[in-house]
Amino acid sequence: MTRGLRLFYICFILFLLALPIIVVTGISLNEGRSLRFPPEGLSLRWYGALFQEGDWLQPLRHSLIIALSASLLSVTIALPLALYVWSRGNWLGRALHTLGIAPFMLPPVITALGFLVFWVSVGMYGQMLATIISHAIFLVTLPVVTISLGLRSIDMALVEAARTMGASRGQILRGVILPLIMPYIISGFAFAFVLSLNEYIVAYMVAGFTVETLPIKIFNSLRYGYTPIMGVVAVLFVALAIVVFGLIGRYGDLPRLMGSDRSGER
Amino acid sequence: MSGETVHAAPASSVSEKAVPGWFGLVPAITLAVLFLIPFAIMLSVSVAHRVPGGFFEPGFEWTSYERLLSPFFGRILYTSVAISAGAAAICIALAFPFTIFLAGMRHRVQTLVLVALLAVLSLSEVIIGFSISTLLSRTAGIGNLFAAIGLIDGPRSYTPGLFALMTGLCYLVFPYAVLVLYPPVSRLDPELRDAARMMGAGPLRTFFTVTVPLMRAPVLGASILVFVFTLGAFLLPQVLGRPNHWTLSVHITDQAIFQSNLPFAAAMAIVLLLVALLLVGLTLLLGRESGGRR
Repeated sequence: MTRGLRLFYICFILFLLALPIIVVTGISLNEGRSLRFPPEGLSLRWYGALFQEGDWLQPLRHSLIIALSASLLSVTIALPLALYVWSRGNWLGRALHTLGIAPFMLPPVITALGFLVFWVSVGMYGQMLATIISHAIFLVTLPVVTISLGLRSIDMALVEAARTMGASRGQILRGVILPLIMPYIISGFAFAFVLSLNEYIVAYMVAGFTVETLPIKIFNSLRYGYTPIMGVVAVLFVALAIVVFGLIGRYGDLPRLMGSDRSGER
Repeated sequence: MSGETVHAAPASSVSEKAVPGWFGLVPAITLAVLFLIPFAIMLSVSVAHRVPGGFFEPGFEWTSYERLLSPFFGRILYTSVAISAGAAAICIALAFPFTIFLAGMRHRVQTLVLVALLAVLSLSEVIIGFSISTLLSRTAGIGNLFAAIGLIDGPRSYTPGLFALMTGLCYLVFPYAVLVLYPPVSRLDPELRDAARMMGAGPLRTFFTVTVPLMRAPVLGASILVFVFTLGAFLLPQVLGRPNHWTLSVHITDQAIFQSNLPFAAAMAIVLLLVALLLVGLTLLLGRESGGRR
């Protein structure tokens, strides 16, 4: 197939993927409360409304707090895990690696129900802390994968050199290994942050009625009446994801991060 | 090759000394408590006694599992498998050529496309459901466009229905399918294709005699993963489909939240878990087989 035809296929699919987002962007610009496309009268009033109307401001605040704490927590769990798995190939290392990957491989409904019964049993059902911890465990796979990738790319000669120069274990860890894998830690954090912000089912099952996040709020609005604010949230989420992944792509090697071996050669 | 293995032995001992052993304990305990114990509790809840209106009380009975043997549940399982398998098949058929073309593009173009795919992938089902239902609705949707061109008489809605549901599911899993296929496809040696082309094989023939056989195991593995991913869709069937399109995941959510029948929800989740584990295990086995052959 010719180069032009291939490019056309890729662009066509990307256009289909963009289509719903284009329509939703149009809707978010409506002047009135209607959901028309093309919009009737252009206005940014619904963008302001998201940050002013109490019943949308509260979910926004919840979502940000949860995403920030959960992604920090998941990196805190993933970093020692990845370091241990990287340094030792024993049974605990393999078991930990499987445990780190598992939360993301299973249908999320199952994990969500597991968290629901767990928090009910512990007596923390409906608390924000429960949502934060659940998200941290659920999304731990992402920093585990990125940090492991970073560790595998470390040139062991550097570590060996630091050791022969008399650096202690702590010094090597802080002075050599951590700086080298820092970009991978940050990408893992960013992945977890974006996905936590968008996550619905776990947040809903664990504390859906008390701690409303933006996706939960949108879902509730799907049942009780659409407003253009829902479009605004969707647009902001897409924009944020593009900025975050764009930055990772700009300063890191995204094709390599996604598992391509030969990307560096091109 | 042998030089590499000789080098690998001291390298791993270097890394071993770089990380203290107790580093493994912290995540081990955290994940055991917060990931494994919830599943253990779920297992015990699935045989617990249901307290109508409340949660459950400890006990041991097969009531919830017996309900799974009804023809009603059989139809749910059939619906789930049929819808998920259909969506997975369509998606892989679209994503496989997409990934091959993508892997042949320049590094910069690949990065841009990956950013777009990751952005779509990170959207939750809620947002996708809302966007697709708007796209297919009467007031804002493509029906308007078709009517404007004169394709149909007046604006109409395409949601809810099987078409809307399949569109939504494909939208949901397409980026996932590409990202699962991307590593094996981008590692495929382009020289093999070049060799076939040089020997006089046309592009289509090269695709079917070189690329497809090499990629059979990865594509099968990706199909299974995409299938499991679609099985987990719990919201699109509610928003874009009709009640007879409700899948197992929808019923689990429904029983847990709205019917507050946790034991029955847990029993269904255990069945879904077993199906998913079986399929993911199969994928890992496939991956190992193709790895060994190389």
